[in-house]
Amino acid sequence: MDANIRREIILDNYQNPKNRGLVENDSDYVVVNSNNESCIDNLDIQYKIQDGVLVDIHFDGEACAISTSATSIMIRSLIGKTVEEAKKILENYEAMIDEREYDADLLQELNVYDEIYLQPNRKKCALLPFESLKKVFKQLNL
Amino acid sequence: MNREDFEIFNTGVIYFDNGATTMKPKQVVDSVVDYYTKYTANAHRGDYENSLKVDTEYEKVREKVQKLIHSEKKEEIVFTAGATDSLNRIVFGFMKNYLSEGDEVLLTKAEHASNILPWMRLAEEIGIVIRYIPLPEKNEVSIENVLKSITDKTKVISIAHVTNVLGDVRPVHEIGEICQEKGILFVVDGAQSVPHRVVDVLKDHIDFLAFSAHKMLGPTGVGVLYGRYDLLEKLEPTTLGGGMNASFLADGEYELKSIPSRFEAGTPNIAGVIGLGSAIDYLLEIGMEIIQKYEAELRKYLLNRLSEIPNVIIYNQDIESSNIAFNLKDVFAQDTAIYLNHYHICVRAGNHCAKILKDELHVANTCRISLYFYNTKEEIDQLIEVLKKSEDIFKVIL
Ligand SMILES: Cc1ncc(COP(=O)(O)O)c(C=O)c1O
Repeated sequence: MDANIRREIILDNYQNPKNRGLVENDSDYVVVNSNNESCIDNLDIQYKIQDGVLVDIHFDGEACAISTSATSIMIRSLIGKTVEEAKKILENYEAMIDEREYDADLLQELNVYDEIYLQPNRKKCALLPFESLKKVFKQLNL
Repeated sequence: MNREDFEIFNTGVIYFDNGATTMKPKQVVDSVVDYYTKYTANAHRGDYENSLKVDTEYEKVREKVQKLIHSEKKEEIVFTAGATDSLNRIVFGFMKNYLSEGDEVLLTKAEHASNILPWMRLAEEIGIVIRYIPLPEKNEVSIENVLKSITDKTKVISIAHVTNVLGDVRPVHEIGEICQEKGILFVVDGAQSVPHRVVDVLKDHIDFLAFSAHKMLGPTGVGVLYGRYDLLEKLEPTTLGGGMNASFLADGEYELKSIPSRFEAGTPNIAGVIGLGSAIDYLLEIGMEIIQKYEAELRKYLLNRLSEIPNVIIYNQDIESSNIAFNLKDVFAQDTAIYLNHYHICVRAGNHCAKILKDELHVANTCRISLYFYNTKEEIDQLIEVLKKSEDIFKVIL
């Protein structure tokens, strides 16, 4: 991916993230907190999962440019997907961050983090929202 | 000053994270290497020459610490694994027996985790009550607020001499006098003060003092617990083993060694203690007053230069300190730190282990510059140059 485009997408998602602000008083949503143990990112991500579909996702909190943008792009990528599809994306995304083989077509915009391995101290930031996704699946036994 | 003694600066690193740990001068490294290459032996054990030398060198460091913090006796100096270890021993080895349910301990919300969490656990275990001295003006501790916070139940005040986030200096002398007058024990976390200024436990009526070697040019994994002698007599060893008992019998009877040996069970961190001794020699050679004065000057220069940059927000402008806590407007602290790292400038982003301070500061995370005597105006100039062109921060870090 072209470096300028990559940066533009990340920056746009950092400065105007998708669905920032939690939905209040709606018991259909489950909130999961993700705080990065090795740094100071602290995000609440809120999922509405119905009939095996990720119907809606919101988030709030304070985090760095990489974590925030990754959360925003994850939200864009997952809304409307089934749990199974989301798990596939999760798997391939983790593989990309870890420099293993992955299906780039599946990840679409999430490909902007395909060179994050060059900055090992930022891998955790890029993975942060997906840690919360894993947590919510575990919590709901999905 | 003294940069030639620090080999690490040849790597081009600009190190402004001295609150976290400090660089080591050649003298300290050499003293550790000498122990490992010229006279390795255990302490307090053998009857041969090298072992005797180890004993002598190890015990000499106690006297150096005594001189550094102006304690009455060298037996009042206990070597520990660091400030955290020292504070835990004070709380669980002494306070657990000394305090009872309902007794109050005064802390502040700007304390390091190691001076809050042990107290929280003690509160759970025996029902002591933790109260916080309010920090309204510039987040500083005022005598007025100390006096207001003291009740009939207050038994202990435990605070940092210098905090690790804002670096503000607490009026320990006045607080020590209040404590003495009211029969309150005064515990001081000296992790950020002993490396930078004169600390005088006698003059300031400090009953317990904790600090770490690695924040004052010394090795990691070693620190000091100072306790007034009559209090150390009541301190319970939290670790038992060799080197701390005078005798023990099969029926379970045992006798402790004298103070401070009874608090140093097992083979101590001999290399660490010897390195600490060399670090103290180094600091006292320069002089703590000179270090303090130089850092104050350097901070003033840094503040002046930062004021040239409009998008820098400073959280601890008008206080005595060798730290600066700042943010770039609309930039997350960690992104700023990562940006500076691209130019080999080390600053720390975060809440600096003082996670409840955000209640007072109304900002969760900051970048912290913590200076030491080996920092220079030239390094500050480089920082300023980099901050001045920070409008392209996302080009650099993304
Ligand atoms: C004020 C203060 N107290 C205690 C500590 C704990 O020191 P150590 O981690 O060396 O035990 C620190 C270290 O960051 C500190 O800044």
